[in-house]
Amino acid sequence: MKTIIFKSASVYLLPLLLLFSVFILLRGHYLPGGGFVGGLMASIAFVIHSFANGVENTKNIVKFHPGFLMPVGLALALLAGSLPLFMGETFMTGLWMDQPVPVIGTVGTALFFDTGVYLVVIGVTLTIIFTISEGL
Amino acid sequence: MLTAVISGFIFALLIPFILGRLKSISTLWVALLPLTLFIYFLSKIPEILAGNTIKTSYQWVPSLGINLDFYLDGLSLLFVLLISGVGTLVFVYTSAYLKGHHYLDRFYAYLSLFMASMLGLVLSDNIYTLFLFWELTSISSFFLIGFNNDKEDSRKSALTALAITGFGGLFLMVAMVGLGQITEVYQISAMAPMAEAIKDHSLYGWVLFFLFIAAFTKSAQFPFHFWLPGAMKAPTPVSTYLHSATMVKAGVYLLARFTPVLGNHEWWNGTLIIVGAITMVYAAIHALFRIDLKGILAYSTISALGILVFLIGLGSPDALLAACIFILVHALYKATLFLVTGIIDHETGTRDVTQLRGLNKVMLPVGIAAMLAAISNAGIPPSFGFVGKDLIYGATLNMGDLAWLLTCLAILTNVALLVAGFVAGIKPFLGKLPEKFENVHLPAPSMYVPPLILATLGILFGLFPGILEGGLIKPAVSSLTGASPDFHLQLWHGFNLIFLLSLITIGSGTVLYFLLKPSESLLKKVTAFDRFSPQTIILGISHGFKLAGKGWTGFFQNGYLRYYLITILGFLSLLLAYRLYLGVDLLINTELMTEVTFYEAVVLLVMAVAILFTVFSKSRLAAVASLGVVGYSFCLIFLFYSAPDLAMTQFSIDTLTVILFVLVLYNLPKYLKLSDNRVRIRDGLLSLIFGALISILALEVMSESLSKETSEYYAENAYILGKGKNVVNVILVDFRGFDTMVEITVLAIAAIGVFGLLKLHLRSTEKE
Repeated sequence: MKTIIFKSASVYLLPLLLLFSVFILLRGHYLPGGGFVGGLMASIAFVIHSFANGVENTKNIVKFHPGFLMPVGLALALLAGSLPLFMGETFMTGLWMDQPVPVIGTVGTALFFDTGVYLVVIGVTLTIIFTISEGL
Repeated sequence: MLTAVISGFIFALLIPFILGRLKSISTLWVALLPLTLFIYFLSKIPEILAGNTIKTSYQWVPSLGINLDFYLDGLSLLFVLLISGVGTLVFVYTSAYLKGHHYLDRFYAYLSLFMASMLGLVLSDNIYTLFLFWELTSISSFFLIGFNNDKEDSRKSALTALAITGFGGLFLMVAMVGLGQITEVYQISAMAPMAEAIKDHSLYGWVLFFLFIAAFTKSAQFPFHFWLPGAMKAPTPVSTYLHSATMVKAGVYLLARFTPVLGNHEWWNGTLIIVGAITMVYAAIHALFRIDLKGILAYSTISALGILVFLIGLGSPDALLAACIFILVHALYKATLFLVTGIIDHETGTRDVTQLRGLNKVMLPVGIAAMLAAISNAGIPPSFGFVGKDLIYGATLNMGDLAWLLTCLAILTNVALLVAGFVAGIKPFLGKLPEKFENVHLPAPSMYVPPLILATLGILFGLFPGILEGGLIKPAVSSLTGASPDFHLQLWHGFNLIFLLSLITIGSGTVLYFLLKPSESLLKKVTAFDRFSPQTIILGISHGFKLAGKGWTGFFQNGYLRYYLITILGFLSLLLAYRLYLGVDLLINTELMTEVTFYEAVVLLVMAVAILFTVFSKSRLAAVASLGVVGYSFCLIFLFYSAPDLAMTQFSIDTLTVILFVLVLYNLPKYLKLSDNRVRIRDGLLSLIFGALISILALEVMSESLSKETSEYYAENAYILGKGKNVVNVILVDFRGFDTMVEITVLAIAAIGVFGLLKLHLRSTEKE
C-alpha cells in the first residue's frame, strides 16, 4: 500500500489521530471514551503510519521501543492507585482536586490511572504488532 | 524475641557479601550468632523457672488473625537451647569441615536461614506463623540436602525430602485452619483452656488426621520415613543439625505442643502409640543391617523419633517426662556420632563400617567422643542415656494392661539401637589399624572439639541430673502436662525391675553386637525386601502421577488451536445442554420487543452474508476481512442500542484484530489446503449446536426478570462517588479499578510473551 495519497495522508493523520485519542482519553470520565479506547486509537494511528511508510520509519518517529510504555503505564496506574495511601485513605480511593483545570476539567487520581491504562494499551498493541510484522 | 528470630534471616542475607570480602580469614567467627542466641536464651532460664512465660506480639495481618506472636515456655526453651546450642557447635565444625569450599558462604546462609526458621517454629504461638516457619524449615532443608547440587542423587534426595515434608506442610495448614475454625482464636496458648470443647467438636478427628500426617512426614514416621536416609546425601554438618538434632524433631515438637490442646483422647493416644511403635521397631531392625555409617545413624534416628512419638502417645506424665529427657539424650549422642562420622569420612574417605578399624591409634580424641556417645546411646550407667532409658521403661510399665507388650517393644528397640550405636561409635575405633589408614591424621580442633563437648555433656548430665532438672526439664514437662510436676531425676534408683530390664537390654545388646557382623551380603538380603517397602510404594504412586499428568497434558495440550476450540466449545455445549435439559422456560414476549427498523434489518443481512462468505471463502485474507465486516456490524448494533462505549472499543479492537490476522496470514504459505468435507461438517455441526444453545440461553435470560440492583447502584453512585458521568468508565477506573490494574498487567505480560516467543524464534511447528 505504497500509494502517494495514502503516504501523504498518513503523515497528517498520525498527529491528528493521536490528538483525537488524547481527547477520547480525557473526556472518558463524562462522555463515551476512556483510556482503553484511547490507547487503541493511538495504536491504530501508528499502525496506519507503518502501513504507509514501513515499520522501520514508524519506529524512528517513536525513537524508543514501544514496549517501554508498558512499565511506565503500569507504574503510573499503580502510583495513582497508591497515592491515597499517603493521605490515610485505602488503596485506589479516588482523590480529586478542588478547582477544575482549564480545558481538561476536574482532575483526579482516576485520570492518572486512566492515562496509565492508555499507555499500557499503546505499549502492548504496538509491541505485539511490530514484533509480528518484523519477526515473521 | 522477634530480634532473636529475625537476626538469623538477616544474617543469611548478609553473609554471602561479608564472606565474599573476607576470603582469607577463618570462618570460625560465624558461630558467634548461634552462640549469642544460646546465651540470650540461657539468660531467660530464671524467668521461666519462676513459672512465668514470656510473650511478645507484633501485628502483621491482624484482619486474618496472622500475627507474629512469640511465646517462650518450658517446652520452647528446651528446643531453642537445643537449636542454638547444637547450632553453635555445628557452625564451628563447618568452618573446618567445608574449609575453602567454593560455596561456603551459601552454606552458612542456608544454615542460618534454617536456624532462624527453626527458632521461629518453636517460639511461634500463632498457628499461622507456626505453619509459615514450618514450611521455611522444609525449604531451607531442601537447599541444604541438595547442597552438592552437581550430583544427581543429591538433587533427587533433596526433591524427595521437599516433596514429603512440603506435602506434610499442606496438611499442617489444613489442621491449623480447622483448629482456628473450632476455637476462633489463633494463639496456641489460648487454646489449651478449650481442650474439652475441642475434643467434643465434630471436626476433632479431621484436625487430628491432618496434624498427624504433618508431624509424621516431618519426623520421618512410618510410612513416610524413607526421605530421611536419602537426606543423608547432605554434608555431614547438615545431617547432624537437621536430621538428628533439630528439624526432624519439629514433628515431635508439634505433637508435644498440641498435647495439652488435643491430647488425652483415645484417637490421639492410640494412633501415636501404634505409629510410634511400628516406626521404632521397624527402623531399629533396619539399622542393624546397614553398613554405611550414615545409613546406620539415619535409621537409628528414625527409630529414636519413633520412641518419642510413642512416648507422647502414652501421654502419662511419666511418659512425657521421659520424652523430654530422651529428646535431649538423643540430640547429645546422635549429634556426636554424626560429627564423628563426618570426621571419619573427611579423613579416611569412606563410611563403610566393614572397612573401618582401629582408628583410635590415629585419632584418639575422636574415638573417645564416639565411645562416650555409644555408651550414652546404650544406656550404660552412669551416662545420661541410662537415666533416659530408665524413664522410658518406667513409663511403659505403668500402662496397665498393655504394660508388658509396650515394654517388650521398647526393649526390642533399645537392644537394636544399642547394637547400631556400638557399630557406629565403637567398631571403627577398635582393632588393628589397616595399612591404608596409617597416614590418616587428626583433624583441626574445631572439628573434634564439638563432638567431645557433646559427648562429655552426655555423661555429665547422667552423673548430675540435678543440673538440668530444675532449669530445663521441670518447666518443659509442666508446659506439657499443665500441672507442676513432681519428680526427682537421679541416676541410681536401687535394684528394682527397671534396673533389671536395663541390664537385660545391655546384656542382650552386647551379645547381639558380637554375633551380628554387618556385611554387604547381609545388606543385600535385607534390601531384597525393598520391593514391598513404603518407599517403593509411595515413589511408585508419585511416578504414576507423573505418567498420568503427562498423558493428560499430552492429550489436551496438543498444540493445535482447533482442538482447543473443539474441547472448549464441546464441553460448554455439554454443560449448557444439560442445563437446558433440566428445564427451559422459554417465554418469548413479543409485545415487549421493539420493532425491527429498516437499518437494523440491513445490518443483520450484511452480517449474515459476511458469515456465509467467511465460511465458504477459499482465501484466507478474504475470510479474515469478512470476519471484520461481522465485527463492524456488531459495533453498529451496539450503537443502535445505545452502548457507544462498547461500540467504540469493539470498533478499534476489530480493526486491530484484522490487521494482526492479515500480518500473520500474509506470512503463511500461499496455497491454502482446504480442510476436507468431513472435518468441515464436524466443525459446522459443533458451531451450529453451540450457537443454538447460546441463542436459547440468551432468550432464557430475557424471560428472567432482571435484577437491576447492581446496575442501578453504579448508575446512581457514579457521579456521587466517582465524580464521573460515564458510568462504564467510572466502573473501570474507580469502582473496579483494582480489576483494571490486574487486567493491564495481564496485557503487558501477554505482550512480553509474544515478544519473547517471536524474538527467540521459537516458532510453532504447525504450518499448514
